[in-house]
Amino acid sequence: MSRPRLAVVKFASCDGCQLSLLDCEDELIAVAGAVEIANFPEASRAVQPGPYDVTLVEGSITTPHDVARIREIRADSGLLVAIGACATAGGIQALRNFADAGEYVSAVYAHPEYIRTLATSTPISDHVKVDYELRGCPVSKRQLLELVSALLAERRPELPVHSVCVECKLAGKVCVMVAHGTPCLGPVTQCGCAALCPGFARGCYGCFGPAETTNTTALAARWQALGTTPRDVQRAFRTFNAGAEPFRRESESHG
Amino acid sequence: MTTIRALPPGSAVLRLDGLQQLIAALAVRGYEIVGPVERDGAILYDRIASTADLPAGRTDRQEPGSYRLEPRADGALFAYAVGPHSWKRYLHRPNETLFKSRRVGEELVFDPPAGPPPRTAFLGVRPCELVAIFVQDRVLMEGHYVNTGYKARREATFLVVVNCGSPAATCFCTSMHTGPRATGGFDIALTELLADGRQEFLAEPGTDGGAALLAYLPTRPATEADWQAALAVTAQAVASIGRRMPPGNEIKAALQSNPEHARWDDVARRCLACANCTLVCPTCFCTTVEDRSDLDGQGAARVRRWDSCFTRDFSYVHGGAVRTQTRSRFRQWMTHKLAHWWDQFGTSGCVGCGRCIAWCPAGIDITVEAAAFTEGQNHGIT
Repeated sequence: MSRPRLAVVKFASCDGCQLSLLDCEDELIAVAGAVEIANFPEASRAVQPGPYDVTLVEGSITTPHDVARIREIRADSGLLVAIGACATAGGIQALRNFADAGEYVSAVYAHPEYIRTLATSTPISDHVKVDYELRGCPVSKRQLLELVSALLAERRPELPVHSVCVECKLAGKVCVMVAHGTPCLGPVTQCGCAALCPGFARGCYGCFGPAETTNTTALAARWQALGTTPRDVQRAFRTFNAGAEPFRRESESHG
Repeated sequence: MTTIRALPPGSAVLRLDGLQQLIAALAVRGYEIVGPVERDGAILYDRIASTADLPAGRTDRQEPGSYRLEPRADGALFAYAVGPHSWKRYLHRPNETLFKSRRVGEELVFDPPAGPPPRTAFLGVRPCELVAIFVQDRVLMEGHYVNTGYKARREATFLVVVNCGSPAATCFCTSMHTGPRATGGFDIALTELLADGRQEFLAEPGTDGGAALLAYLPTRPATEADWQAALAVTAQAVASIGRRMPPGNEIKAALQSNPEHARWDDVARRCLACANCTLVCPTCFCTTVEDRSDLDGQGAARVRRWDSCFTRDFSYVHGGAVRTQTRSRFRQWMTHKLAHWWDQFGTSGCVGCGRCIAWCPAGIDITVEAAAFTEGQNHGIT
């Protein structure tokens, strides 16, 4: 793909994943040389009209307007890449899926009648065809660069979908669950972060969402054997990827 | 490997300063020395420069899914079993660049492979781990297809075994006939002698290189009493091993005749499919290959990295993965390890180190799973 036109758009999100792209620093010049950044309001006011060869989509779908807009973006994009936990699982705002969003609107806004929102926060793939997903809260800069490099070389991107444990062991880190008794979501969480938290003696928080095969029930049982309360098991599965099916299902059987 | 023999010729006794001089002598001969160090609550293998880097006065308590370090009253340097690292980290590396290429004008230039690997001495190889190295030798350099990187590293390796005096509850080397005393294949084998307040090492040479190195060190010739003390360490270790794997032929037959056993469903309910067991296993050798390319399209590299039969994409063929369920992945792992390995390589793939038991976050015990097949031959067949 010769110097593709790139767009970066956002829906309900914190902008952290877009910042990961800007955070590429050393590689940013190379990225800017390899692709034409045609539409990236967070980086430049010079917005070029579509269509775009590649569109990176951050954020989740939370309003009727979002539903219409993502369809337009899809139609205007060659490849569409969902980036981050919001775009791939609904994000932390998918906690609304477990509650009554209407009540939140009444409680938060002085004029709830101005607010048009959906009952759920959902990933991009629930609405349009997604070509690639980059997981994470935020996404991994390394994976982002890998995806861009692979698209440019017209090769398959290396985006493994196995557990964090594989990355942890490749790096030679000590398992915090086995050696310290620290509850860790690594065994059910998709890799991509290079096992960041276990490297600092913390359990995995599940930022990259469910791995390709998960046995959340067996892991939750192990957490409880280590002294975690059912309420805390529920909380662990209800963070940035609360809306991802295996995590949602497990969270609903605790608490 | 626990057959009692006579005092091996050339055996000598080192004190702590002798062990230090062993490390120094290896360094002088150009070896990088890798040995046990304490880090992040476990004993790992990393570069060491002196005996001061070794985990003095530490032992490990291991159970299914649990590993803890504990203090010991004495200053023993090797009074623990095995930790999460194995020597495959240094021989069959987690990541290995196979080649790099560059675009130069219209040409594609392949950079020559890296030079010869550094000479490396492993200090503190356990007898079961020594056998694991032999198992990987068989797979990676003694068959039809040779892993050249592995072979180069292996041939640049000096092996100092330390016989086991403190097996963990997860160990079962005796039933795999791999320990707790090594009988050959090492350059030097040490036994740490701690009884009656002493701290000495009985050193047995296993190669000419080992004998030459020992001759250079301040030692005294080993006596029959030293030999008996070393055998007593082994006898005590043997007596403390509680786990047992069913005999190789029994477990092989039981696994190969029960692909649809209900136990596979049972273990799949407990298994996390996280792949930890295969990554800590000192014999598991499976890898995948990843291609990398630069943003500017000028450079590329092909990297081989550890993979695991517990990942979905490990069994990916055109159209999808063959082993989509945990049940079939666990069956693949255990049946290969304990049964098909015999057909393929003439040996078991298991050496009884117990790592897969301790480092399984779900605490699955391969000896218990194996016994479920050998003890219940007529039960649970679906």
